[in-house]
Amino acid sequence: MEKFAPVKRSEDGQPVRYLIVDDSVFARKNLARMVETFGGQVIGEAGDGVSAISEYDRLTPDIVLMDITMPQMEGIEAAEKIVRDHPSARIVMVSSVGYQENIVAALQRGARHFVQKPVKPEVLYEVIKYVMRDDGVATTRGAGAGAGV
Amino acid sequence: MRMELIQPFINSTDAVLAQGLESPVSIENLSMEEEAYRRKGIAAEVCLVGEIEGRIIFDVDLQTAVQLATRLAGVEVSATDDLVREAVCELANQIIGNAVTSLNDQGFHFHVHPPTLHTSEQGSKTSEDTEALVMCFNTSSGNVFMNVALRHHSRQAVERATVAG
Repeated sequence: MEKFAPVKRSEDGQPVRYLIVDDSVFARKNLARMVETFGGQVIGEAGDGVSAISEYDRLTPDIVLMDITMPQMEGIEAAEKIVRDHPSARIVMVSSVGYQENIVAALQRGARHFVQKPVKPEVLYEVIKYVMRDDGVATTRGAGAGAGV
Repeated sequence: MRMELIQPFINSTDAVLAQGLESPVSIENLSMEEEAYRRKGIAAEVCLVGEIEGRIIFDVDLQTAVQLATRLAGVEVSATDDLVREAVCELANQIIGNAVTSLNDQGFHFHVHPPTLHTSEQGSKTSEDTEALVMCFNTSSGNVFMNVALRHHSRQAVERATVAG
């Protein structure tokens, strides 16, 4: 897998903490592997929207990677509920269903970005840097050429 | 079955598998099937409701599934590992999700359910208006089958059904 300059939290230099929400264990494992190559740390996982809300409340991650089509509660509804209670939550929707109507609905309800599956690591990496903005920094330590974000 | 409903599935299968496997994919066979569906190996089923209604089954034999899972996970996966079934479901989700995206952007409105493992050996017999199209794709990991049985309702019919109940 491609090498990326680790993205750290600018406030304390610690790894960005992720909550990964997807009903597919396989997708969660692949996303976890990917964010670890960005220097991130997966602090929690959830398989549906209801668990995502409780895990967010419990863990307050820096970034949530959230699928849309899930059982019990879909990702867009879960994102809306999380952002209502935590307005600074950074939620990136990661879904194979990426039609315009869906993307607009997700962004209107508080998601910060949308990445279509199958996820290309270089695309997700740029989205993470964009979503972290001033709260994240891509360090040059480790691999590749890093740039502040 | 309308070809404009099928083409997005062909395109997305080609694109998703080629990207995941980093090798070319070709259609080996394409045929209409009126008989009941028979499972070939590990199969994931996705149901659609709305203006387009029906189901798509993504089906691969065990050996191909193991190779696909190993390739996509980047680590050796054994045939008994649950990840094999998970990988087939996730591939179905990605392929069908990308096709659904294309159809929605063309103006067809419908909802897609999460994939489920299709465990019975045989499915129900398709009728004249839901006859299935079976596509076989040749990949570097083996053959991948898609069984697509879809029906198109006019938007007016869907709206009438929604109002009625």
